[in-house]
Amino acid sequence: MFNAEVKEKVDEIVIRHNCNKKELINIIQEIQKLYRYLPEDVLKYIAFKLDISDAKIYGVATFYENFSLEPKGKYIIKICDGTACHVRKSIPILNAIRKELHLNDKKNTTDDFLFTVETVSCLGACGLAPVITINDQVYPKVTPQFVVELINDIKKEAI
Amino acid sequence: MSGIMIIDGKKVPFTNQKNILSLIRDSGIDLPTFCYHSELSIYGACRMCSVETSKGDIIATCAEKPKDGMEIFTNTERIRKYRKMILELLLANHDRDCTACERTGKCQLQTLANRYGLRKIRFNQINEVNDIDDSSPSIIRNSNKCIKCGDCVMVCEEIQGVGALGFAHRGTDVKIMPAFNKKLSETNCVNCGQCRIVCPTGAITINNTTDKVWNAIYDKSKRIVAQIAPAVRVALGEEFGLKPGDVTIGKIVAVLKRLGVDEVYDTAVGADLTVIEETNEFLERINQNKNLPLFTSCCPAWVKFAENKYPELMDNISTCKSPQQMFGTVVKKIYGELDKKDGKETIMLSIMPCTAKKAEMNRPEFEHDGIKEVDIVLTTQGLSMMIKEMGIDFNDIEEESLDMPFGMTSGAGIIFGTTGGVTEAVLRRLLKNKFGKDDCEIIFNSVRGLENVKEATVNYDGRDIKIAVVHGLKNADDIIRQIKSGEKNYDLIEVMACRGGCIAGGGQPVPKVITRETRIMRAKGLYSIDKTRQIKNSEDNHIVQKLYEGVLKDNNQILHIHKH
Repeated sequence: MFNAEVKEKVDEIVIRHNCNKKELINIIQEIQKLYRYLPEDVLKYIAFKLDISDAKIYGVATFYENFSLEPKGKYIIKICDGTACHVRKSIPILNAIRKELHLNDKKNTTDDFLFTVETVSCLGACGLAPVITINDQVYPKVTPQFVVELINDIKKEAI
Repeated sequence: MSGIMIIDGKKVPFTNQKNILSLIRDSGIDLPTFCYHSELSIYGACRMCSVETSKGDIIATCAEKPKDGMEIFTNTERIRKYRKMILELLLANHDRDCTACERTGKCQLQTLANRYGLRKIRFNQINEVNDIDDSSPSIIRNSNKCIKCGDCVMVCEEIQGVGALGFAHRGTDVKIMPAFNKKLSETNCVNCGQCRIVCPTGAITINNTTDKVWNAIYDKSKRIVAQIAPAVRVALGEEFGLKPGDVTIGKIVAVLKRLGVDEVYDTAVGADLTVIEETNEFLERINQNKNLPLFTSCCPAWVKFAENKYPELMDNISTCKSPQQMFGTVVKKIYGELDKKDGKETIMLSIMPCTAKKAEMNRPEFEHDGIKEVDIVLTTQGLSMMIKEMGIDFNDIEEESLDMPFGMTSGAGIIFGTTGGVTEAVLRRLLKNKFGKDDCEIIFNSVRGLENVKEATVNYDGRDIKIAVVHGLKNADDIIRQIKSGEKNYDLIEVMACRGGCIAGGGQPVPKVITRETRIMRAKGLYSIDKTRQIKNSEDNHIVQKLYEGVLKDNNQILHIHKH
């Protein structure tokens, strides 16, 4: 079981939502924001608090792409692969990032939990294609060289 | 709401049908479904019940209410194509190793594929192989055979209030699995097996122990002593074309003897012991006003449910072992002596309508010095497989009577197999010589039947005793909440996990659709046996009296679980 500090935080979130089952998604969104993923123990605790089954909460958590049951990196890089970005060569950008960070389509978080790389279907910024976001900061009209430099800058900053 | 619908050009009046599907079925057309069970909420996953309206829309009839003047066609060219396509897609995703499937011949997918004459699947077989979950002693889950109809999820959540299974992931990745992809044995599954009753395919099956039984029979150093639960005798016949509720105990005994079982006894003797022990325990608690309400402990799925969800109630659950374990205890005690003399090993074979009994027998408290009280649990379904394998003509076999001494039971012990039975048996003992026959009948009738919660109040020595009878764990859950909130207050609560009680247990034969009717007929079967019994009350069973003078003399604590 998780520690008292975590329990207190989770309790606060759940109570703020009136222990209401209908608020489940909002609750786990807050949890995800807090921990960057959904720890199993926390989900079970929320299920208990909201009086729903573990299987149900697991179903919701796995239904939405945005929820993650695996710990995510500190920087989440989203590469837009919508139609406009795709024709503007988003895949070479994705490949360049994966190569730089030693990731692949199965493994999308670095071992040091600094980066997570994901693709998204459309960021709604097609005029700026190809687009990536890093923790909600938008980078328009990127190139493979640019993203590699960007990643290296972040790495340096992190050290 | 009433009116007339036009189904395939025929006018069909409707009154209170809950959906168009029921109306079509009532009108004599067996519309196919995978995901529809009248007792579960409507999910509309399989789309097999779709029909075409006169406007050219395709609608799923399970999810639509009948409308006056609406015209539908159940078998148009489009609909036929549509249904065949669904079947083809399901089959492309399905492990089609039908010959080696436990469910073969009774699989709804197989039946419908055959009914629609599917001989070729146009789509590539998907070869993703998922691990088979055989971690549970009761249930085996093979998700390669799952068609994602969701029936198991619904029954577990809505009827049992357990929620061990759920849908996970999305779109084509959807899978039915326990939370966090755990094994069933690591979840809050209570082993009731109701998921297996509603599963249309071989995705959920009983953990089959027939091989263990055969091996024990072949081993000449072993003495096989069988006990048969009351509910088995009113359902086994369904596997051989008989009606639910037809009593086949004589045939079962004959068959077991033919298979090579040495002694065949009745679990109802265990039930008689339970009645006596539980009544005494109840009176003691009433006198001391301690740990009330008393919950019954006969149903292992209920006990597991309480342990998982309401550990604080454990002191309120009867310390009595279940009839299966009580009888196992007595048999092992008596035959233990014989074993020492003739060097054989006695195997307690328990034939049960229940999958949770398979888990119960493995509990550590039922094993003493390496000897288990019950060695093998075989379900009604398993027994039917053995009979079929042997090729015995079940309907023609000459009936035999149960072996003595433990073939002699009271009517009270027999009705244990249906909801309200345990309570009635206890009441018969409590009210004996206190109420007239007619008054008793009225009280007994209030605990019979299939209502979710049945209540009775009985005046016993000037104190009003409040009784509740629930079946279906969701109902038990509701009643516990009401007690906790102070809304309700009882002294004795009987809980059976399965709706209808053991007669509708997870190990019973699966009718095409399990309905209220099936349960009523099976229960009637038990009450019909009770009617023919001259001994109605457990304590009047002289075999039980003899036990109390013999092995149980000053030793009845062996019939209880000592938690502390």
